[in-house]
Amino acid sequence: MKAWPRELSVGLALAALLAALAAFAPGFFAPQPLLSLAAREAPVLLVACGAAMVIVCRQIDISSGSQFAVVSVVAGLLAAEGWPPAAVATAALALGTALGALNGFLVAGLGLPSIVVTLATMVTWREGLRWWRQGAFVNLPDGLQWLGLGQTAGQWTLLATALALLTLLALAARHLAAGRHLYAVGSDAEAARLAGIRPGAVTFGAFTAAGALTALAALMNVIQSPQVDPKSGTGLELKAIAAVVVGGVAIAGGRGRLAGVLLGLLLLATVGPALTHLRIEAHWEKAIQGAIILLAVAAEGARRRPA
Amino acid sequence: MSAPLLELRRLTKSFGGARALRGVDFDLRAGEVHALLGENGAGKSTLIRIVTGAHRPDGGTITVDGRPAGPLDPRTAQRLGIACIYQQPALFPDLSIAENLALRLETGGPLRRLDWPARHRRATTLLARVGAPLDPRREVRDLSMPEQQLVEIACALGAGARIVIMDEPTAALTQTEQTRLHGVVRELRAQGTGVIYITHRLEEIFALADRVTVLRDGESVGTRPAAGLTEPELIRLMVGREVAQPYPPAEHPPGDAVLRVRGLGRRDAGVRDVSFDLHAGEILGLAGLVGAGRTELARILFGLTPADAGTIELRGRIVRPRSPREAVQLGFAYVPEDRRRHGVILDLPLAHNASLASHRRLFPGGWLRPAAERRLAEDFIRDLGIRCGGPFAPAGSLSGGNQQKVALARWLATGPQVLLLDEPTQGVDIGAKAEIHRLIRGLAGQGLAVLLISSDLPEVIGMSDRIGVMRGGTLTTLLPGGAAPDAVMAAALGRATEAAR
Repeated sequence: MKAWPRELSVGLALAALLAALAAFAPGFFAPQPLLSLAAREAPVLLVACGAAMVIVCRQIDISSGSQFAVVSVVAGLLAAEGWPPAAVATAALALGTALGALNGFLVAGLGLPSIVVTLATMVTWREGLRWWRQGAFVNLPDGLQWLGLGQTAGQWTLLATALALLTLLALAARHLAAGRHLYAVGSDAEAARLAGIRPGAVTFGAFTAAGALTALAALMNVIQSPQVDPKSGTGLELKAIAAVVVGGVAIAGGRGRLAGVLLGLLLLATVGPALTHLRIEAHWEKAIQGAIILLAVAAEGARRRPA
Repeated sequence: MSAPLLELRRLTKSFGGARALRGVDFDLRAGEVHALLGENGAGKSTLIRIVTGAHRPDGGTITVDGRPAGPLDPRTAQRLGIACIYQQPALFPDLSIAENLALRLETGGPLRRLDWPARHRRATTLLARVGAPLDPRREVRDLSMPEQQLVEIACALGAGARIVIMDEPTAALTQTEQTRLHGVVRELRAQGTGVIYITHRLEEIFALADRVTVLRDGESVGTRPAAGLTEPELIRLMVGREVAQPYPPAEHPPGDAVLRVRGLGRRDAGVRDVSFDLHAGEILGLAGLVGAGRTELARILFGLTPADAGTIELRGRIVRPRSPREAVQLGFAYVPEDRRRHGVILDLPLAHNASLASHRRLFPGGWLRPAAERRLAEDFIRDLGIRCGGPFAPAGSLSGGNQQKVALARWLATGPQVLLLDEPTQGVDIGAKAEIHRLIRGLAGQGLAVLLISSDLPEVIGMSDRIGVMRGGTLTTLLPGGAAPDAVMAAALGRATEAAR
């Protein structure tokens, strides 16, 4: 279909970058650092999936980084209290879902603009956490790191989980009526309403699902280290949204695929390490990522313009 | 006699294939009120837009003060003293009256010093000239609609307008406000301004106008002095003799009543006390002027703006649709007026659009079934004759007529009992129009009850088994199908003697 060339161009850019690395810095492809990189980015992928759902629905959620921090700290404290891992995970997921549902209620139920709502929740959770924890790290009990699987197996588990979820969500977007409704509401909420769809329910669902995915991402991040940093997740929402936009999801809603989001994230996440391996100064990373985002948005603008 | 203020000769204008003006002659003298009259779509708006410079004519000449003016653009039109007062005033709600006036009347660079006392003085003077003692510091959002109109007129005066166009200025006014506005118009006339006055209210024409020009199908059918004209004469001019157009005939007589509506209304939608029956296999046309409440009635039936009075009985059961979702489940289908915006979702492929309102029926359990969806789309493409690049072509790539068929397909897929069609052939070319007419008649032939809202007089008369005429938010008249156009138009306009709202 028409959307493919866009994802294809992201894929080609990624392929070109990898080819350059293969030619000039084959060291990049050493298995263990590459796996570590992938495991570090796996949580970002889940947050980006949530952000993609919200953006397809023609909304925006900039509170995911703060949700991530709150869920991380709470999960860490519960684990430190001696809760079994399954109970910690359940509680964390419930908390993330609730935080997402609150955004959804404020946007869909009260009709407030999502940029303002999620800006408010972003600041509130982040500052609330700072006031509550005073910046203290949470020490995790032994055995939680890598779920006791050891680093390599743990990293593979995280990567597999994230990719499996991405696949499931992509299939759901394609094969569930709910997925179709998401696109319909994002394209034209009034038309969707006239077709008997409830745009409010769909929007609420998108924010709630994004919250749940962020909570899962937080859990996947917590088990990668022996401590929980209360400042974790800072800037995460921007990384996620950047991946979504670069991946070809229309910021105006209604169009885009999760496969593109994966490519977008891979491209953005490869830039930093690639610079190191290509011996280009590392402070170019942000500039290059910014340029990629601008390019993506400009390409979107060109497509939006009537032919 | 001096040259007319404004003279239009053989003006033509087409949009795409549709000819909006086919050689219109019109002239306006200083110190006269010249009424412009015609059905919806007769070309009045196009004519005004050409005079204000919003549209360029394809052919013809425009003369202002005896001098050829060439095609106008908004700036030139303004400089020549042409101003237009729209039904919905186009002011900036967050700015004060004085600021609104200054925006249009003051010139100069962005860094000039502003003289606030002078601004306020001028605003006060201008407001006094239109008989509106308003404080120029008030924000426009706090003004009533008629007050905003007066501000617009003040603005036109301030700009030195000698040609003032008023487009249905009294459509939303009360009797008192209307009287006051008429006073202002007479004042303008006395000062030597030429006023082009557009209205659907015949009584206003007799009260105000010096001459009347009637437009029909993009042609001027006559200019007459208002004195000595009678109401039937005017209506006949507006409607003319109908060109016999073949409309598909009904195949069966209508069956039992599917829908009984009694005393239906909703205060804030301006709809009150609507009662009618709609039978299986029947097409009930809804005629009326723009703003008569027809779309609002359809929106009530479809649960978009639920009723606050009256009852809806569907197959013997009282129903209260409170959302489109409930209405769809009850068996209502609504193809809205604004197809470009909300009839189809342009981003989605044809097949997804067609199935959108039938997910529960087509996909029990919420799993999409692409094969079933493709079959559905292919059936509709065949049955409705949709010309497209296949079932997965984006809806936005189709022509207007074909988009309308997709919108129709979506609702047919739900298996509805009552089909509400709002201007189904608006902006559709002649060929597609005839196809849509055949489709609608075919659907009625299958037992569907159809409510057809249309401002196209021949269409509503030719298609309908019965014609309901709405005026002022209520259904005033029921006529048999094939009724004389004069009768429908007279009912839509109301009797001239009847006082306006």
